[in-house]
This record gives sequence, C-alpha cells and structure tokens, in this order.
Amino acid sequence: MNGLLFLIPVALGLGALGLTAFMWSLSNGQYEDLEGAASRILNDEEIEPRA
Amino acid sequence: MSCCADGVAKQVVTNTQDSARAGLLSELALQARHLGDGSVNYQIAAPSMHCGNCVNTLECGLGALPDVAKVRANLSLKQVSVTLRSPEKSLETVVAKMDELGFKPQSPGDLARQSHDEVLQRLVRSLAVAGFASANVMLLSLPVWTGATGATETLFHYISALIALPAVAYAGRPFFSSAWAALKQRRVNMDVPISLGVLLATGMSLYESFLGGGQAYFDAAVSLLFFLLIGRVLDHMMRNKARAAASHLAQLAAKGGMVIGADGTLTYLPLGGIKPGMVLRVAAGERFPVDGTVTDGASDVDRALVSGESAPVAIEIGSGIEAGTLNLTGSVDIKATRAAEHSFLAEITQMMVAAENGRSTYMQLSDRMAKAYAPVVHILALTTFAGWLIYSHGNLHASITAAVSVLIITCPCALGLAVPVAHVISAGRLFASGILMKDGSALERLAAIDTAAFDKTGTLTTGQPSVKHLGIPAGEIATLAKALALRSVHPGAKAIAAAIEGSASASIAGLREVPGHGVEASHMGHRLRLGRASWVAEIAAQTTSLPTETGVAFALEGGPLYYSTLSEKLRDGAAATIAKLSARGIESCILSGDGGPQVEVVALACCIKEYHAGLKPGDKLAWLKQKAEAGKHVLMVGDGLNDAPALAAAHVSIAPASASDVGRTAADFVLTSDDLTMVNFAHEAALKTARIVKENFALAIIYNVFAVPLAMAGQLNPLIAAIAMSSSSIIVVANSLRLQLLKPDHSLRARPTNRTFKPEVAHA
Repeated sequence: MNGLLFLIPVALGLGALGLTAFMWSLSNGQYEDLEGAASRILNDEEIEPRA
Repeated sequence: MSCCADGVAKQVVTNTQDSARAGLLSELALQARHLGDGSVNYQIAAPSMHCGNCVNTLECGLGALPDVAKVRANLSLKQVSVTLRSPEKSLETVVAKMDELGFKPQSPGDLARQSHDEVLQRLVRSLAVAGFASANVMLLSLPVWTGATGATETLFHYISALIALPAVAYAGRPFFSSAWAALKQRRVNMDVPISLGVLLATGMSLYESFLGGGQAYFDAAVSLLFFLLIGRVLDHMMRNKARAAASHLAQLAAKGGMVIGADGTLTYLPLGGIKPGMVLRVAAGERFPVDGTVTDGASDVDRALVSGESAPVAIEIGSGIEAGTLNLTGSVDIKATRAAEHSFLAEITQMMVAAENGRSTYMQLSDRMAKAYAPVVHILALTTFAGWLIYSHGNLHASITAAVSVLIITCPCALGLAVPVAHVISAGRLFASGILMKDGSALERLAAIDTAAFDKTGTLTTGQPSVKHLGIPAGEIATLAKALALRSVHPGAKAIAAAIEGSASASIAGLREVPGHGVEASHMGHRLRLGRASWVAEIAAQTTSLPTETGVAFALEGGPLYYSTLSEKLRDGAAATIAKLSARGIESCILSGDGGPQVEVVALACCIKEYHAGLKPGDKLAWLKQKAEAGKHVLMVGDGLNDAPALAAAHVSIAPASASDVGRTAADFVLTSDDLTMVNFAHEAALKTARIVKENFALAIIYNVFAVPLAMAGQLNPLIAAIAMSSSSIIVVANSLRLQLLKPDHSLRARPTNRTFKPEVAHA
C-alpha cells in the first residue's frame, strides 16, 4: 500500500511529461515539415537563420 | 524583317513577365503577416522544390540577401517562409532571386492558411489528452477488476475521477459542440448518443465513487473518446490532403489584370478593382480577367472553358472576349465591358452555388443511422427504467443505474468508427491510385449512382487534337514542317510536330507568329508557313479549292500546299470504362456543348446510345434536374467551366486532371492522371466501401444485441463494458482494413479503344 503512494504519482508524472512534451512539439512546429527534416540531414553545412 | 520580328517577340516576353510579377507581388503582400517589430512575414510557394538540396539552395540564396531576417523552406508544403525587415522594396528582390535560383515563385493561395490548421491542431491535442487519460485510467481500473477492494478501490476511483474529469471536459468538446449544434436545429446526429453516453458514464461514476461506493466507468468514458477521436483526426487529415493536392494542381487563374492608365503606364489591379471602361493589356498565355472587347492587337483565344470547343478562335480589334478564356498567341489590349462580378465566369459561379445548395439535402449514412438508432436506444433505456421500477418495487437507485448502463453500453463507439475508418482507408487507396476525394459522403453517393453522364471534350476525348491524316510527304518537307511546328504553342501545330517522325534539324530563321493565322519563317531565302489554309495558300504555288475539314496547312514558298486533317483523340480507356459501367447496370450518356456530328462519332466509338449535343451550361443543369426528379442518381464526369454547374448539381461528380480550376472545385472527386478508367475504379471502390460500412454497422449492432440484455438485467459491470467496447471497435477497424486490398485494374487502359476512332497517322 505504501508503494502506491509514490508509484502512482511517478506513473502519472511520467505520463504527464510525455503529454507535455508532445504538446510542446506540436506548438513548436516540429510536425510542420516532415519531408524537409528527412532531407535536411543530408546537408553538410548547418544553415544558421540570420539573426 | 527578321530583326524586327525578334524585337516584337522580346517585348512581349518582358510584358508577360512584368504583369505576372506585379500580380504575384500584390497577392503576396495581401497575404503577408505583419510581425510586431515592423518586419513582415511572407509565404511564397515554390512548387519546383523537391529535395534537401533545393531547401539548401533556397535558404542560402535568399538568406544572403540584405533585409532578410529569417528564411525557412518547407518541403512538405513546397513553400518558403521569408521574414523581411523592410518589406516594400525587398520583396521584389526576393522574388527575383527565387526566379534566378530556378524556383518559380507563386502565390500560395489557400495553402498558406492550411499550414495553420486550427481544427486539426485542436483535434490532435484532444486526442493526446484522451490518450493520456485512457491509458492511465485503464491502468488504475485493472487492479479494481482483479480484486482491489476497500480503501484501495476508493483511492483508485478518486484518482481516476481526477484524471477523467478534465480529460472528458477537454477532449469531449468536439463531440459536445457538434451534438449541441444538432440538437439546437432539432436534428439528431451520431454525436448526440456519443455525448450522452460519455456524460452519463462520467456522471454516474462520479456519483458512485463519492456517494454510492459502487462501480466506476471512467475508463469506458475516456477510452471511448480516444477511439472516436482517432476516427475524427484521420477523417480530417484525409480531407486536408485531398484539398492541398487539388490546389497544388491548380493553374493560377487570372486574379487581376494589368490596367493601362491614361498616361500609358501599366498598373496591376486585383479583379475587384477593374471597372467597365478600363483598358487592360493581356499577354499571350494569360487568361482574360474580365469580359471585354479587343481595342488593339490580334490573337487566338482558347474558348474551351466557355464552349467546350478545343479549336482556338481568332480575335481582332472589335471582337468580344469572355473572362476566363485563354489568350494564346499575341498580346492584346481589351476594354472591359463588365465588372468582374458580372462576368460570364461569375454567372457560372452563381449557378454553381445555387446548384450546390440544392444538393445539401443529402444526408450522410451515419446521420441517417443516428436518426434511427438514437430513438431506439432512448426507448430501451426508458423501458429498462420503468421495468426495474416495477420489478424492484420502487427502488429508484437500482432503476436509474440499470437505465444509465443501457445508455452507456449502447454508446455507439463502433458505430462512430464504422464510417470514418472505412472512408479513410478507401480514400487512401484512391489517393494512391491518383483519385482525390473531397469528402467522405461522396463515396456513399457514388455507390448509389445508376446513370453516368460524360462531357465530351476534355473528358471522353483528350481535348488536344491529333492528326487524322498527315498529308505531308516525308523527307525535307516533313523536316521543315516539324521544325516550324515545334516552335508554335498552337495545339494543332503541336499535334503535327508529334505526328511527324524523324529529326527537326532544319535551318530556319526569322520565326514569326502571326496571331490568328499561324507561324511563318524563312528557309534559304524562301518563306515557310504553317497555319490557316487561306493564309498559307498566299505563298503556295497552286491555289486549288481549299479543304473544308478542320486541319492545318503547310507550304514552302512557291511549292504545293500540304494539308493535315485533325481530329480529337479519344482518351485511353474511355470505351473500356463505359463498358465496365454498363456491365454493372449503369447507363452512360454524353452531354456536350459541341455540334452533333462530332458528338455522334465519339458516342459510336464508346458504344453510348444516348447523347445530347449543343448544350449550354444551363441546359446540362436542366437535364440533370429532370433526371433527379425522375429519381435517378446521376454521376457527372466533366472538366470545363461549362460543366461546372452540372458538376455541382449532379448527385456526385468526377473531374479529370485536365479540368479547369472551377471544375476541380465543383467536383467531388478529382483524377490526378489522364486515365479515364479511374472512374471505373472509383465506382468499384465506392461499392466495396459501402458494403464494408454496412458490415461494420451489422457488427456493431450484433455486439449491442449481446450487451444490451445484460445491461437491462442490471448485470453490466465496468469490465464487461470495457471489453465489449474495445473489442467491437477493433473488429470494426479490422473489417475496414480489408479495403486496403483495393486495386485498380490497369489492364483496362491497355485494351485498345474502338478502331474507328484510332488516330490514323499516314506514314507517307
């Protein structure tokens, strides 16, 4: 019974972490250009967006 | 003479580019997003971008320009997002740079809005929340089912409630709002029983956990939402994909025009700004933005959109032209006679809107099911409540529990998945074969057809003429003719160039396109002409009687006149498609704007008994209306602007790849290939999908037949509810997956079409 007291919060916390990570990636535009991301890795030099 | 002709040609080219560029710039500026710090973000489409290297070239090339704050190429959308510090002058340099890099910049149009699809974002977020909640609540439910009692059970119920309540409130909104909207209009859709089931399950579980100490159905409520949201997201993504692909194909129609001011300056005005009386310059290769009369210049016009005729019509000073027709050979100035909103194009659009409103009475299968299903469920629940009240001598708690559990178990999880999953899978198969579907209900409507009406030009035929009899002797003459024909954009010339075998390596100089007549060049001091017979005959030696058949003439100065006759080419697989359709009991007919004899030839070649020639857009509409009143469900297959109202009015419609913009928008299905046999495949797929959907409904109902008596007897517990709901959903999805086996029959296309219509290229 005592185990439940920390196991349940840990389980829920991990789940919530995954959910937050997904929500963040969604709002951060990580899924907007799936094809581009696959091709960009083949570029040798990193393109720095001009600040 | 040759140098003069070159000068003219060059000027036309710059004019075309200038006007297109000005139009693009003003469109981009309209869609720009102004960021807070004075910089502006533009979305520019670059359809030719296709690999990582293109991304690199674009980002490096544009990033090196002054004033560019940020540049990001999106390969999926084929679009570049550019942020500029001072927008006014630099946008032009950006567009020019893109051209220089080899990526023709275009206005993204609707695509720009699609990258920020609010609805999809909301649905995906709801799905994520429902997924998180259902996984965790299910984990907490398992120990309760396997024997946790007392304090542990109560604790687990409390935690479940804590997770499920916000999850239901957040993830359930798409269903609640849709159900509420339906109820307000006194209609019932599938979302009404879904919302009721979810809310009652949550409500009863709350009551039981905190006051009654009984059973909790939190897991059923959230996993139900999770399953249903999967269906919704898939459905939404399918529609987006089809829409995006359709607008990728879209040719840019005239959205404005170059207006010549009183002082001779050219300014670009959007469509709304063009008033009657204004003089516009329309370059070769552009569409006329408004109706008008020609005031200067001469050209050939492709009026296929208006009349369905593919043969270009010559225009000169004083000729009237309609908006939307294509200016083929020369730059002309026109005086607008009507504002854009009163043009021929706009009239067609109004006809379409009216026709579409007439069709909106169609009710989707799932809604029809809901209409029958919801009352049955509610009566069952009511009967259970009354029965228990009598049986248990007024035990209100037991009666309510039994009635609510009936509502929970009948909550149409499998029913909610039955339609979207089948539609999504078959849309995916159709998409892979080059058929875009706009909307799931189109599949249901296509399955119900009993008549198919085809347009002729551009649908049963390719719309491009092909050479019936070449009439040009092989050797030097043919080489010269091919060399000349290759340099013209006229469809007839293109057909001749394709029909002449061998090389085109002849030395010709001083090429000149004479609008309305043809092309002229010189070869070793002799003039060559290809085009209208009367014009070519001017330089030919013999001037016998001119041929009357449609065709193109060719002559070398002082030599004989050669004449090639042209005919329309039947599309691959047209006859096979109609044969297949009639084998399934579907009558085909032709509705065409062309003259009788031409239509008759095509009808004979395709074995079509019923054909109507010389129909105007309104006549096609009337014919469809008459059929609809006779209780027929008509499939309309057409491409032109003149078919657009008919496409919108028909029970269901298909537009081939070559269709006009308006045609593509109006049709339910758009083919991306030139292959007409895809019409047959789409129909097969629709029939198969309809059968699978019916099976899905049957499976979902069978599960209810077993589960409902349990619930009515008060024997339902959360474990049974969870197992029954998930297993019925899985069975429905698995059954729908059988649609993945759909495949088009490619052998149809290879089958030779009727011999009488095969283009006979004379190998002289």
